[in-house]
Amino acid sequence: MTAAAFLAFAPYSLLGAVTIVVMLAIAAHRSHRLAAFSTIAGLALCCIALPLAAPASPTSVTPLFIIDGTALFYSGLVLGSALIVAILSYVYFGNRDQAPREEYYLLLLTATLGAAVLPASVHFASFFLGLETLSVALLGLIAYASPREDAAEAGMKYLILGGAASAFLLFGMALIYADLGTLSFARIGALSQAGSAPDFYRLVGVAMIITGIGFKLSLVPFHLWTPDIYEGAPAPVTGFIAVVSKIAVFAVILRYFVLAESPDDASLRTGLAAIAILSMIAGNLLALLQNNLKRLLAYSSIAHLGYLLVAFLAAGSLGPEAAAYYLAAYAVTNLGAFGVIGLLSTPGAGRDADRIDDFRGLFRSHPFLAGSLALMLLSLAGIPPTMGFIAKFYLIAAGIGAGLFWPVTALVIGSVIGLYYYLRVLVAMAMPVPAQLPTPVPADPTALPAMPALAGNAVIALLLALLLALGAYPAPAIALIRMTIGTPF
Amino acid sequence: MSLVWLLLAPGAGGLLAWVSGGRHQNWPRWIALAVLAIDFLLALTLIGPALAPPGAPLDQTAWIMSFEKPWIPQLGISFELDLDGLSLVLIILTIALGLASVIISWTEITDRTGLFHANLLWAVTGVIGVFLALDLFLFFFFWELMLVPMYFLIALWGHEHRFYAAIKFFIFTQGSGLLMLAAILVLVFIHQRATGHFTFDYLALLGTPMGPVTAYWLMLGFFVAFAVKLPAFPFHTWLPDAHTEAPTAGSVLLAGVLLKTGAYGLIRFVVPLFPGAAHEFAPFAMALGVIGILYAALLAYGQNDMKRLVAYSSVSHMGFVLLGVFAWNTLALQGVVVQMLAHGVSTGALFILVGALQERIHTRDMRLMGGLWGAMPHLSAFAMVFAVASLGLPALGNFIGEFLILLGSFQVSVPFTVIAAGGLVAAAAYALLLVQRAFHGPESPSLAAAKPIDLTAPHLAVMAVLVLAIIGLGLYPQPVIDQVAAGLAVLQHNGAPAASLRVQFADNAR
Repeated sequence: MTAAAFLAFAPYSLLGAVTIVVMLAIAAHRSHRLAAFSTIAGLALCCIALPLAAPASPTSVTPLFIIDGTALFYSGLVLGSALIVAILSYVYFGNRDQAPREEYYLLLLTATLGAAVLPASVHFASFFLGLETLSVALLGLIAYASPREDAAEAGMKYLILGGAASAFLLFGMALIYADLGTLSFARIGALSQAGSAPDFYRLVGVAMIITGIGFKLSLVPFHLWTPDIYEGAPAPVTGFIAVVSKIAVFAVILRYFVLAESPDDASLRTGLAAIAILSMIAGNLLALLQNNLKRLLAYSSIAHLGYLLVAFLAAGSLGPEAAAYYLAAYAVTNLGAFGVIGLLSTPGAGRDADRIDDFRGLFRSHPFLAGSLALMLLSLAGIPPTMGFIAKFYLIAAGIGAGLFWPVTALVIGSVIGLYYYLRVLVAMAMPVPAQLPTPVPADPTALPAMPALAGNAVIALLLALLLALGAYPAPAIALIRMTIGTPF
Repeated sequence: MSLVWLLLAPGAGGLLAWVSGGRHQNWPRWIALAVLAIDFLLALTLIGPALAPPGAPLDQTAWIMSFEKPWIPQLGISFELDLDGLSLVLIILTIALGLASVIISWTEITDRTGLFHANLLWAVTGVIGVFLALDLFLFFFFWELMLVPMYFLIALWGHEHRFYAAIKFFIFTQGSGLLMLAAILVLVFIHQRATGHFTFDYLALLGTPMGPVTAYWLMLGFFVAFAVKLPAFPFHTWLPDAHTEAPTAGSVLLAGVLLKTGAYGLIRFVVPLFPGAAHEFAPFAMALGVIGILYAALLAYGQNDMKRLVAYSSVSHMGFVLLGVFAWNTLALQGVVVQMLAHGVSTGALFILVGALQERIHTRDMRLMGGLWGAMPHLSAFAMVFAVASLGLPALGNFIGEFLILLGSFQVSVPFTVIAAGGLVAAAAYALLLVQRAFHGPESPSLAAAKPIDLTAPHLAVMAVLVLAIIGLGLYPQPVIDQVAAGLAVLQHNGAPAASLRVQFADNAR
């Protein structure tokens, strides 16, 4: 490895080092605060290291990774989101719970490490290793609130279904290797360009990879695990699954399809368009039936990933930058929404404050949190002046620019359906509190020790500021995206 | 810069009102009143002729004032505000009705006044933005932005079925808005392919060459969004619910202002951007207008709920607007402008009166009313004035509007005009029925026992101003017509059916 490669890879090496330091710190002295603070500081350092690595890019680091603008942008999104999740976790686990909490941060860092390297992967080996690092650590995170019944259930579901998905993915990679004899994305692309019509192995391989990825991104018809796991996992972990893991997987699959697959492959495009349309429609329709906010957000994330595939299909037009902006908006919005749920919940209770009934009267009892959640939901619905509005506009622009008639139609229909259930939550928050309070009573964030409460509110305020500022004036964000990812046309 | 202040003042005032709501419930009221009064004066200072030098190209003669700053330069989006006479009169109407809404909500809204006035001011901001924006993206931004505060006004301070009505309102308008967004984007991409220039600038997009079929579909995308807002038959079903369930101020803003954004969109965008397609579509649009006039009048006649009756009368009046816009000649367009102003004033006033009545006797059901004149002579007299304004009595504004529209559409289609004129008869029926059932006849015993008090000074002041406005429009509408003439002339020029054949990038590249 050259010096430039070392420098370019520094943020990732640093994250590995932070993970080890936190592990040693836990072994030396068990303290929730120490573990949380060192995690937060470490992730912040990694975020700072990213722009420092930028001058060295693009650089290939071993055949496994390339550090270029795209990798840095998506890794930045992953690390920034993980930082927010770490702070929210610190607030969530607060001082209320006596069970060991320190290992949680170790798992969080490991999962982040797996997620962060995915956008830089250009090889099946790094792709699979990153994904498994992410998934295995996530398993522990999902089941972390173990006294709860549904935590174990969610963990089990993720273990079995996630294992099956990984098996599909691995088998797909093996078939492609059997066909072409290489694991590098670029070599696969070059060999398939040179060769004649793709043979049977290769087609089945790609189909299996799409199946595995469809599971990780919770696209219809591979979405069945999503609502249960969103519901069972602690709120900050749900935020992590919804945001970090999806961004990382989306980034790597984007790279894989750009490098290895021909963009005009009609059958591939038709298949992806079908998955996109199904996800948008089914996700939104199923969300209508939910009475639990976490499940509702789970189905809405299925629909949102369907929307994102429109940008994926529009790769020749505004697609890549639309996807980048959309994922940034999606991260801010979902972290904010799950952050508010987390602030209202306590891990000691039987479940999080996630039923829509729990939110009744929130505008009166917690005006700041209610207002924030309202704006987050409006952003998910694509209403100005939020990031979600610009993001949806960008996607529709990309779709129309690429002439994707049916996916854009489904996007419009899906958005209209989506409005209904987002507004339902808003309405619930505006309604008076029912006389008979549901149990458990949502935790009162003012009852938290001062430090975590302050941190929690500060994070929500920061996300809210980003949501509104980049929604009203998105030019800087778009400039950053164009600088890292490249310009269209 | 004045335009930016005009736009931002209510927005900033809304924030201030919201924050101050925690201190005292009167503060937001005074803040809203003060901000809107200042904004109103600001708008009045803008009255005047266009600033273009004599001999300037026709396209530039309309603008009284312009403002442009890059906003999202990467996507060819700029923050472009342009004011012509049409925008100005509608903005003045908006702010005036905003002021009226604040005054008449003084006693009606006692709950969360901070948030209420914030939403009211933000809705006004959104509407002013819609009337000013000449970048299609910016226009869409404000178009969506004005929905949210309106939604909250209905959902939080409305009547019994407010959640249903608010969600229905939102879904109708947002769904049709997304169709418009798709049409905007297709237009922008077509323009980019033709010129290599990616821009959302309205003036640059005028006269984009495209096939007639494409133009027709795009025109429909815009048309549906505006027809829902107008509302035109058969997209009107959200309106009676939204109006009926909204608090009085919400109904006033909805009827007086939000419906006008639909008409404004038709005049500003649908016809000038797609002149050929709009011309081809005109018979259908005029037919929808005529159906709306008669059908809504019939439904209004059948209502027992006084607020629903006024709501349906609104749909009927907006049918005239649709008819006039697609007749697309000078007389009809002047009529449309006067009709919009007169309808804003008269329907706004009727909603205020119904709201005042409900506050006093706690019902809107006309079967329970009767003989109110004896108990509340002032309220009843004003209701009488605006009811006859609504039926198109000469000397009041609505008459001028409807008469000019019919005169204009007569030149285009005699049958439609003849049928539409029947709407005037139907309007007389429902308007007089309203007066008769509620205010005349023997006094209903339960109401007599309640001893309702008559209108108080603030309401009387608002009503007096609105009566003066409607009489002024009816007797001497010429100043309004003069103010909008230059703007309408340019719009008419751009929207002439032959304009679609001209390739005019060079003229429009400003």
